[in-house]
Amino acid sequence: MLTLAPAARAADTVDPAADKAAFQKFFTSKFPKLKLEDFVNGPYSMNEDLHKQWQEKEEFPPYEFSLEAGKEMFSTPFKNGKTYADCFPNKGIGIRQNYPYFDEKEGKVVTLELALNRCREANGEAPFSYVKDDMAALTAYMAFTSRGKPMDIKIPNDPRALEAYQKGKEYFYTRRGQLNFSCATCHIQSPGERIRAEVLAPALGILNAMPIYRSEWSGMGTTSRRFTTCNSQIRGVPLNPQDDEYRNLEYYLSYVSNGLPISGPGARP
Amino acid sequence: MASSIRVRATSNGDTTEVQALIQHPMDSGFVKDAKGEIIPPHFIQVLTFEYDGKPVFVADWGGGVSKDPYVKFAFKGGKKGDDLKVSWVDNKGATDTATAKIQ
Repeated sequence: MLTLAPAARAADTVDPAADKAAFQKFFTSKFPKLKLEDFVNGPYSMNEDLHKQWQEKEEFPPYEFSLEAGKEMFSTPFKNGKTYADCFPNKGIGIRQNYPYFDEKEGKVVTLELALNRCREANGEAPFSYVKDDMAALTAYMAFTSRGKPMDIKIPNDPRALEAYQKGKEYFYTRRGQLNFSCATCHIQSPGERIRAEVLAPALGILNAMPIYRSEWSGMGTTSRRFTTCNSQIRGVPLNPQDDEYRNLEYYLSYVSNGLPISGPGARP
Repeated sequence: MASSIRVRATSNGDTTEVQALIQHPMDSGFVKDAKGEIIPPHFIQVLTFEYDGKPVFVADWGGGVSKDPYVKFAFKGGKKGDDLKVSWVDNKGATDTATAKIQ
């Protein structure tokens, strides 16, 4: 039936605002003791012991070195004398909450990581790896300058934007991999429960803390790293970082967390 | 280059609580890289905290300590405004030192 009139069907049913309300209501009723802004602390919001660990960790956060490196990189000019600040609105300060956004010229979702690499390439620099190190340091600094600002993802009145949103949503709920898990299996059905030694994070606010220092990685990772490792952990074949599917997924997942504060860079067990 | 050591020391009049975070790869020598070649051991061997010219905490470390180690301890004494000196030496002879004012 889908094949008969996919466009018409999508236009009839896509309602991001209603999705967002339902999504947030699901989590606030599942965890009635938590305030909305608590969800950005992932597993640390789910469990009292972990919460104490986190508070102690925040006094001396493991992402500090990366944050400092990012700050330095951000202010260091490229070979041509320009800087990252020249590529972004408001000189790149306090804008993390607006990413990813839908680019109407291009007709696609643009994430912060993608925009940073485009900025590098436009200035004659080699792009960074999307998953860690330099990219994580840069996004860590940019997230830090936006801390506390509410996530503010816009979906313009453009059928392509709605389509990107809808595709991201479909990706989120589609089962894949040998384990036949969807993103929702862990992060909607089971937040707060354990998968082996890990406490699963709620999907709500999960991207607000990116990039993160994970003790399991003993290092920093970006949203791209989280997506690709999630896919391999369910024994699926990960896509390439910043493939359209991942950008759409990030668009959907960020939109439904609108209103929750940016808490990145974060630390996770 | 920025210091590899972050340290914070706070005194409550009686004891001084010290926290430190050190940036170091701490390679054990038992791990292979993506090409299958062993990553040579590279770890901090001695970590020293000195107050008033005397060591208050000395750690003999090996390859079993995690990357970017974090240390927390307390010692008796230590006055606000005094210096606490931290230094480490690794197995390749590299070293770093930092000084923190006790708060």
